[in-house]
Amino acid sequence: MREALDQWTFVYAAYAIGVGGTLAMIAWSWIAMKRAEARREKAKRK
Amino acid sequence: MHGFANPKRFLALAGWLTPVLLTGGLLLTAAALFWGFTQVPPDRLMGETVRIIFIHVPTAWLGMGGWTAIAVSSLVFLVWRHPLAAIAARGAAVPGLVFTIICLVTGSVWGRPTWGTWWVWDGRLTSMLVLAFLYIAYIALAQAAQREGISARIPAIFGLLGAVNIPIINRSVVWWNSLHQPPSITMGKSAIDGVFLMPLLVAVLGFSLIFGGVVLARMRALLADIQAEARLRRRAMEAD
Repeated sequence: MREALDQWTFVYAAYAIGVGGTLAMIAWSWIAMKRAEARREKAKRK
Repeated sequence: MHGFANPKRFLALAGWLTPVLLTGGLLLTAAALFWGFTQVPPDRLMGETVRIIFIHVPTAWLGMGGWTAIAVSSLVFLVWRHPLAAIAARGAAVPGLVFTIICLVTGSVWGRPTWGTWWVWDGRLTSMLVLAFLYIAYIALAQAAQREGISARIPAIFGLLGAVNIPIINRSVVWWNSLHQPPSITMGKSAIDGVFLMPLLVAVLGFSLIFGGVVLARMRALLADIQAEARLRRRAMEAD
């Protein structure tokens, strides 16, 4: 017997993973960059 | 090109280019995904799940593109000893890993309704999983090399050796039997209908700009860490 799968559930899941993962990567790399640059400026002033 | 190997010149360029690439990439990707989600008709065979192509294919290409960037930067570092090339290689590792993981997970989600299974150990899926492990190993090796003061040549050699996997991924669907379809887009021709191809190309461009922006952000972070560490070490030596 063939299962009845709702195709849209898989589309929503793939979009959530793709968009969520990409946005999380952008946010993490941006915050890490700003923090590292602030550390460098602090080291310059010391 | 060699002019941009100067960290000062690179930072001046990356300062404005990073937000431009990220903003442009986000806008293009959002437009392409909206287009693919709302305007594209269902496929004759795959039905509505064909929409996953707009995430799966760009991330697959950039997963492979990321390692190609690591290999090319590693070669430049080993031959010309540009320290910025080693930083560029490290900068491509995180976005390459993230896109490879997104490709694997979205591929698995796509496989369930179309193939009837989440995973098969065939050439394409296995070689892509190997790529994810190679990225993890490269990131760990590059971090250890910086922390322990080991030569940056070791991760660079690893980056070059790992590139062997890229043609294997690319040709895997031709060399071995696979549930995965053969290449749909090759140089100069496409088996994909224009109604799917256009938003796909916009998505590839958008994700590529995001990839470039994240590489620059990672490079700026790595450079800032190295410069702060060098400054603090110099201060400590002067104080002794």
